[in-house]
Amino acid sequence: MKVLVCVKRVLDPQVKARVKADGSGVDLANVKMTMNPFCENALEEALRMREAGVVEEIIVAAVGGGKTEETLRHGLAMGADRAIHVVTEDSLEPLAIAKVLKRVAEQQDVGLVLTGKQAIDGDSNQTGQMLSALLGWSQATYCSKIQIEGEQATIVREVDAGLETIQVKMPAVMSADLRLNEPRYVKLPDVMKAKRKPMEKIELDSLGIDTANRLTTLQVDEPEGRAAGIIVNSVAELVEKLRNEAKVI
Amino acid sequence: MANLVIVEHDNNEVAAATLHAVTAAAQIGGDIDLLVAGENCGAAAAAAAKIVGVRAVKVADDAKFAHGLAENLATLIVDIAGDYSHLLASATTFGKNVMPRAAALLDVAQISDIVEVKSDDTFVRPIYAGNALATVQSSDRIKAITVRTIKFEPAAAEGGSASVESVSGGSDTGLSSWVSQALSDNDQVDLTSAKIVISGGRGMQSGDNFEMLHKIAAKLGAAVGASRAAVDSGFVPNELQVGQTGKVIAPDLYIAVGISGAIQHLAGMKESKVIVAINNDSEAPIFQVADYGLVADLFEAVPELDAAL
Repeated sequence: MKVLVCVKRVLDPQVKARVKADGSGVDLANVKMTMNPFCENALEEALRMREAGVVEEIIVAAVGGGKTEETLRHGLAMGADRAIHVVTEDSLEPLAIAKVLKRVAEQQDVGLVLTGKQAIDGDSNQTGQMLSALLGWSQATYCSKIQIEGEQATIVREVDAGLETIQVKMPAVMSADLRLNEPRYVKLPDVMKAKRKPMEKIELDSLGIDTANRLTTLQVDEPEGRAAGIIVNSVAELVEKLRNEAKVI
Repeated sequence: MANLVIVEHDNNEVAAATLHAVTAAAQIGGDIDLLVAGENCGAAAAAAAKIVGVRAVKVADDAKFAHGLAENLATLIVDIAGDYSHLLASATTFGKNVMPRAAALLDVAQISDIVEVKSDDTFVRPIYAGNALATVQSSDRIKAITVRTIKFEPAAAEGGSASVESVSGGSDTGLSSWVSQALSDNDQVDLTSAKIVISGGRGMQSGDNFEMLHKIAAKLGAAVGASRAAVDSGFVPNELQVGQTGKVIAPDLYIAVGISGAIQHLAGMKESKVIVAINNDSEAPIFQVADYGLVADLFEAVPELDAAL
């Protein structure tokens, strides 16, 4: 079975996003970018499936501008076999991304798609579900455990109330949650090896897919900050403040 | 204009989160209908009919909708969506799972996690872990929306008298089936609606040490939460996670113990009314959002706090 792992290039999670002064968006010039953490979980799971003999080939795919190639190279360094870069400088919405990825999944004839549950920039949490819908495949979101046995997979999902176990028919789209695995570190020889792995470039326009945005961002604001607090010197003072000043206990 | 709110329920009761989505629908304007889909979900439908402001409860009581699995439920939503201008669900794991699937089948965008209704087509939603707020306008004929519960007051659960009507539609896709659910035993206090939450981070050092927090939680009627680092380290299960990719909460009092205050954690709790931070690192970012900071070794301060309450 071939697996498609969809990844996204995002602002490094340790870097605080800064809103542009003109309110047009978040400033991404000269900031550290990285692979979305949940996409790393998705790719790690694919690597483990290949190690277990469930998967033969891992294709890592991303939609984005020229520098998206760096993120895909990171995926190749982690161990993906080859990469597909759908090139566009436009910022696409999840529905459009899902349409593009559907085409890639069909062209590559994959039996499984893995995604992160959410990208930490747009925080939309949509692409995997939408891709699953468009493909007409089974949907397993927020996976913390995946066990594929032939035509079926048993999934443990992280839900608000605890853990839910479901069975899905293959093929399926699965989205990775935090505890699915711990992504491996990339070693220097892997980085060197990744440079020689195949990277296919597809111009978005050549696909003939309507990727027009449905949402217009009118404005991006910085949220109101919190007023500065105080440092208390003892537990006794803390309890006194909570009882008599804040009146919350 | 008419809104359809997808009800989250356990066949008997309506989830509290749905009441917040009803309020968002009321702010959008127009009629509000609720969809209760499930197997033997009559009691939940009857409860839904009592929510104030609702015109009609549409009930799809069928085995294929048991446990709210996304594939079948999305086909039902698509079948009845034509009567509505807005589809809403709360931004819980239930709503976040099914709504994008329905939206894609309808070929409309989803507006995730709205925190404010500006007009019937314009909404505010947080991006980048809440470090930016985007105001977005939708051009789709149907607006598919998930609602961040903490920014909308709950609609009154009693006092309404909506009609209850059966609806048919949707298909049995046979794509997935439910096996089991392991529920959390988080002191019986729901993390998302608790008035007081006490959370532990990596500084707790082990899952066993969370017992200290549970003791205080029991005294305060609080829920216990955790940072991603604590979940990542295997101290506690994921459903305790507060943050960008966990639960977003806004209790009256949030006590952060041994939590440094990473961006993604702040995203889940910075709307709390009063924030207390206990950490031995005076430089920890959590102190920048804390109303009351205590720079101390948590293994001394927490037992002392327990004794003082």
